[in-house]
Amino acid sequence: MFENLINQFWPATVDGLSLGAIYALVALGYTMVYGVLRLINFAHSEIFMIGTVAALFTVTTIGVSAPLSGLALIGMLILLAVVGMLVAGASAVALEYVAYRPLRRRGAGRLAALISAIGASLFLQQLFALLVIPRLFDRPQQGGRLPVQSPDWVERSDVISIGDFVVRNDKLLIIIAAVLMMVALDQFVRRTKLGRGIRATAQDPETAVLMGVNIDRIVTATFAIGGAMAGVAAALYLMRFESTHFFVGFLLGIKAFTAAVLGGIGNLRGALVGGFALGLIELYGSVLFGSEWRDVVAFSVLVLVLMFRPSGILGESLQRARA
Amino acid sequence: MLTRTRDQVSGGMDSVRDRWARASRWERWVVYVALIVAALLLPSQTIGAFMTPQSDWPTVLFYPIGIYILLAIGLNVVVGQAGLLDLGYVAFFAIGGYMMAVVGTKFGWSFWEVLVVGVVASALSGIVLGAPTLRLRGDYLAIVTLGFGEIVRKVAENTDYIGGPRGIAGIPHPPNLTEFEMFGVRPLRYGVLDPRPYYYLLVFIIVLTIIFAKRLENSRVGRSWSAIREDEDAAELMGVPTFKFKLAAFAIGASIGGAAGVVWASKVISIIPANFPFILSATILAAVVLGGSGNIPGVMLGAFLIAWLPERFRALQDYRVLAFGAVLVLMMILRPEGLLPSKRRKAELAEGGGGSGHLGAEVAAPVADSEPETTVGTR
Repeated sequence: MFENLINQFWPATVDGLSLGAIYALVALGYTMVYGVLRLINFAHSEIFMIGTVAALFTVTTIGVSAPLSGLALIGMLILLAVVGMLVAGASAVALEYVAYRPLRRRGAGRLAALISAIGASLFLQQLFALLVIPRLFDRPQQGGRLPVQSPDWVERSDVISIGDFVVRNDKLLIIIAAVLMMVALDQFVRRTKLGRGIRATAQDPETAVLMGVNIDRIVTATFAIGGAMAGVAAALYLMRFESTHFFVGFLLGIKAFTAAVLGGIGNLRGALVGGFALGLIELYGSVLFGSEWRDVVAFSVLVLVLMFRPSGILGESLQRARA
Repeated sequence: MLTRTRDQVSGGMDSVRDRWARASRWERWVVYVALIVAALLLPSQTIGAFMTPQSDWPTVLFYPIGIYILLAIGLNVVVGQAGLLDLGYVAFFAIGGYMMAVVGTKFGWSFWEVLVVGVVASALSGIVLGAPTLRLRGDYLAIVTLGFGEIVRKVAENTDYIGGPRGIAGIPHPPNLTEFEMFGVRPLRYGVLDPRPYYYLLVFIIVLTIIFAKRLENSRVGRSWSAIREDEDAAELMGVPTFKFKLAAFAIGASIGGAAGVVWASKVISIIPANFPFILSATILAAVVLGGSGNIPGVMLGAFLIAWLPERFRALQDYRVLAFGAVLVLMMILRPEGLLPSKRRKAELAEGGGGSGHLGAEVAAPVADSEPETTVGTR
């Protein structure tokens, strides 16, 4: 069993990191919203799904004559990321406005918010399965639940070699893109006024209001940024898997949330650490125990982390500047 | 206008509730017996023609209606009474079902014996799940229980001894007690064709469960749960052994779920892991919250509606889940306390903080006007 791991170490590591990069970006959405509102945004998984649909639609509409590589690939990826950010970010803001803001106004409790989140999640899944996907991709309504394939637009080539093993370009791009976005977000939260507002609200909403922070705007911004990160993750996901479907968010969302908790909920860098860590754990577990146990490994990590170190690897804190 | 109708309805319900509180024991027993008789008379063809014109009413009465009601009562102990967020309740239903399946087919035990085993096994699994996780904050507990539910399903899928993805078939029915016939029905003969004996069995178990749950609610245990739900720290300070009682709530809720699983499995004869998805947990939770958590008539009504309405409107089959999601959001916006909230619940909500005690929202409600950022805000 362990020889498997030793033989497969580098492939598993790279795969784990690239999977983890996607988890990390989606985890940012969960962790930011939780840090500011103490709410688990159950429907964030659907925001990710919406991003993938938007990206896939873009690729299909633009049309590629041949799989892209090099600068063309990067260019297309940037375009998809921008589309993803805009669409997913907007969807997240709309979601907050419809499903959570009325509850905040009434002072409804956590359970009500959770139920509303679950309802929104189900609604969005079905909306896309029944109406959006069939319309966008020109298929009969029954076909809305089936996976949608994108045209083959990525030319996969080997880029770096470590001994016998070579790292593929798409996986490398995913890792680099995620780290870049994370650094950008980190700088944003530390240096801009809006970032300070977010940290202040996460730390102490009442004092933040007294200091002139407009909570509504902060909440909107938090959702927008979290959604945008999910949109980037969506573009990267599309590059790696070249397909999507209405239910793609469910499992990925739970795992991304696990990653957020693993790294320290409310902590932005924690989302990165947690994401990569979970990706690696999942891949190594898959090599050790067989791929059908992947999800059990991921969920077990969740349970174990919450049992033994609920504050996560880096601890909870959106408010500290180091976050 | 909407608020006025809402207040009128609440006022009406309050007067019913007051009348009930003042009723004597004898009067209450009359109502209980009348309700049980009504429940037993429910699977008639005339009622069925109205309630589910497109499917077999007695079958629907058993599943989903009856089973959802039993599951909702069980989840109500965990969520409504003790205030613990559980998103993985389907795991206990699955454990009960698989107990019936495995012990029934591989060891040949009979239904009643397996029922005991199933209840004990589910209670144990509730303890196993609860012991490490009940120290966690509300939201974390929700996610851990969700993870546990998925783990149980995945393990069932991956374990060949219990059938893997194809599950187990040939689960034995409960043993026929007599061939006694009444009004054209053999109520104690559990065959393949007639769902009604199973329904009567389920009614029997539901009545027992209600009695049990009601007794708990009015006992020291139930009062401790209310205290824990409203403010765990204060309860601990007042000497309530919170951890023990939370664990008990988990175990009791789990055992009810397990019982439901055993009964269901013995009717449907074959079960597969895909019978126990997360959405079933979400559905039962929705039933509890929409009905009015903490309050048994409320959750029964919630479960009944959630089970029956999609069957009634089968024509909109494809849009069922879409409508379900929309209804959840709307209900939370318009009436988060549920359809039949208990008086206590209403008082808790009026207090502010969302009616889940210390689980309530920690962020201030949005300020009514938007203010320019340069001035100091006021609330």
